[in-house]
Amino acid sequence: MKAIYKREVASYFNTVIGFVFIAILVGFIGIYFLAYNLAGGYPYFSYSLGSVLFIFMLAIPILTMRSFSDERKSKTDQLLLTAPVGISSIVLGKYLAMITVFAIPVCISILCPIIIEFKGDGFLLVDMATIFAFFLLGSVYIAIGMFISSLTESQIISAVGTFGILLLLYLWPNLIEFLPATASMNMIGILCIITIVVCIIYAITKNWVVSVGLEVVCVLTLVITYFVNQDIFEHRLSLIFSNISFIDTFESFAYNQIFDIDGIIYYLSIIGLFIYLTIQSIQKRRWS
Amino acid sequence: MIEVKDLVKQYGNHLAVNHLSFTVEKGQIYGFLGPNGAGKSTTMNIMTGYLGATSGEVLIQGVNILEEPEKAKKSIGYLPEIPPLYTDMTVYEYLMFVAELKKIPKKEREHSVEKVIAMIKLEEVSHRLIKNLSKGYKQRVGLAQAIIGFPEIIILDEPMVGLDPKQIIEMRDLIKQLAKEHTIILSSHILSEVSAICDHIMIISHGELVASDTPDNLERLMSGQSVLQVTIKGNENKVISTLEEIEGIDKITTLPELEQGFVELQITAKDDKDIRENIFYQCANNQLPIYNMQYNKVTLEDVFLELTQCEKEKKELDVVEELEHTREEENEGRIETKDRNKENKEDRIQEHNNENREEDINESNI
Repeated sequence: MKAIYKREVASYFNTVIGFVFIAILVGFIGIYFLAYNLAGGYPYFSYSLGSVLFIFMLAIPILTMRSFSDERKSKTDQLLLTAPVGISSIVLGKYLAMITVFAIPVCISILCPIIIEFKGDGFLLVDMATIFAFFLLGSVYIAIGMFISSLTESQIISAVGTFGILLLLYLWPNLIEFLPATASMNMIGILCIITIVVCIIYAITKNWVVSVGLEVVCVLTLVITYFVNQDIFEHRLSLIFSNISFIDTFESFAYNQIFDIDGIIYYLSIIGLFIYLTIQSIQKRRWS
Repeated sequence: MIEVKDLVKQYGNHLAVNHLSFTVEKGQIYGFLGPNGAGKSTTMNIMTGYLGATSGEVLIQGVNILEEPEKAKKSIGYLPEIPPLYTDMTVYEYLMFVAELKKIPKKEREHSVEKVIAMIKLEEVSHRLIKNLSKGYKQRVGLAQAIIGFPEIIILDEPMVGLDPKQIIEMRDLIKQLAKEHTIILSSHILSEVSAICDHIMIISHGELVASDTPDNLERLMSGQSVLQVTIKGNENKVISTLEEIEGIDKITTLPELEQGFVELQITAKDDKDIRENIFYQCANNQLPIYNMQYNKVTLEDVFLELTQCEKEKKELDVVEELEHTREEENEGRIETKDRNKENKEDRIQEHNNENREEDINESNI
């Protein structure tokens, strides 16, 4: 793992990618810091960070696009996968290397609250906690980007795919508002989701009995629940989907000044999930 | 050393490796031979743990590579078809990285890398970026990567592709040198390459093992009857009627006429007797000048083509059986032919190399 980690970090700085990534983040954080805090005189650096989140959509794909796609394209994955190292060490080595590169602009941004502190009354603790949340949120996005990169051989598809998903996540809280509120529409929505899940299960297992059985059981339960207690279904879809929103935790750090332990655990589990999925996607490719 | 048992690899509906079984013994050079797409690379990829198998197992020194990959991979060095090089590193950095990846202890790493660099003659380029190297050097860096730490088994997938004739000879010597202490498996679709360095050849076609023997045995297996090719000046009917008088001729076939007034014939003798003298005197007595007379020896190339043609799938099975059979039967009586074959083979090596390199270039263009 150490060998891969060292090589990856070095490779980000042998090519321009590492520098471009750091420059973009530092540049935009600097601009918002200048506008909100220095020129605007606002004492919270956390607000500037909250506004700069959109830059993840552009910067993270640059960092993650080549992680596995490039290895596959140039066939260097043959070296890694035939060496006496486990797939999990390969994935972890690469992930930690990306986190390390990402940590550089984050560390630089620590200077901003310190500057505010020198110039007047800052809120150092809140700002530091927000920088920490910013780092964790970025790490979640990097894990997602790495997973997408492990799915494809093309860096372009990997970058565009990551961008698309991050854009979707960015817009997520607003999109949820468009979901219907009435009980009947919510029930139909849940039915659709269950059907999609059952189709996926069928595609994986190719087992008619299990899939159809599952579908029938779920539909019956839904319909019975609907007639017993309609109120449960009101706003159900928005409630379910709002759990997926990654930005909420960051916002409670940045805007509400809450040190959200649940949120941190949530971030860490999402990171773990995507690292696991990356390992599985590489394993699967060996066997198919 | 290596045991491959009933290996199957299926890609969708395509059967890339079809119930392949063989064993590899210590300290020999094995050659995997087969046309493009025969399943050589897939087999090697499974043996090195890069791919999983649909069914069957691979034991590396008794360790199943699919069950205990990290343990089994320690004793293998692998050079894939396309050398797995990180082009943004220098040769030295890259080899140090590979040494660390292969878990060579820190103290020995530097020594080990320097030994390999000296062995493969990479000193000149060791501090250059890999992306700036020529194809030949890249191939050598790939080989260096495979032998770092000197694993017991070295697997090379088409190691000679892209090398110039001088480098091919160097590479061949290097492989022979390595074979003193290591077991080597290499694959190729170039016959001369395999017959020049391998102790044992395995011919693969459509994912199946169609023949497995020493190069000499394979040639002998196919030679059967020698065919005499003769060019005689004169009228076709007269030539044939004259020749038919000779005793001991089994069959005469006329080949298409190349030049006006000349007859091209293929003559097979009964019991594989040498009838060249008889033909000479018979033709001389009948005023028929002989312009050319030579034995068409069966080369490995013919064996290869014969064994790997699709339409002959059924025949392939027969050949394997026949092979087992003839191997026991054939012995001393053939030594002379064998030597002649060898000379013939070596003459043709250079020729083959040139031809095959052209083929490679064409393929890569496509």
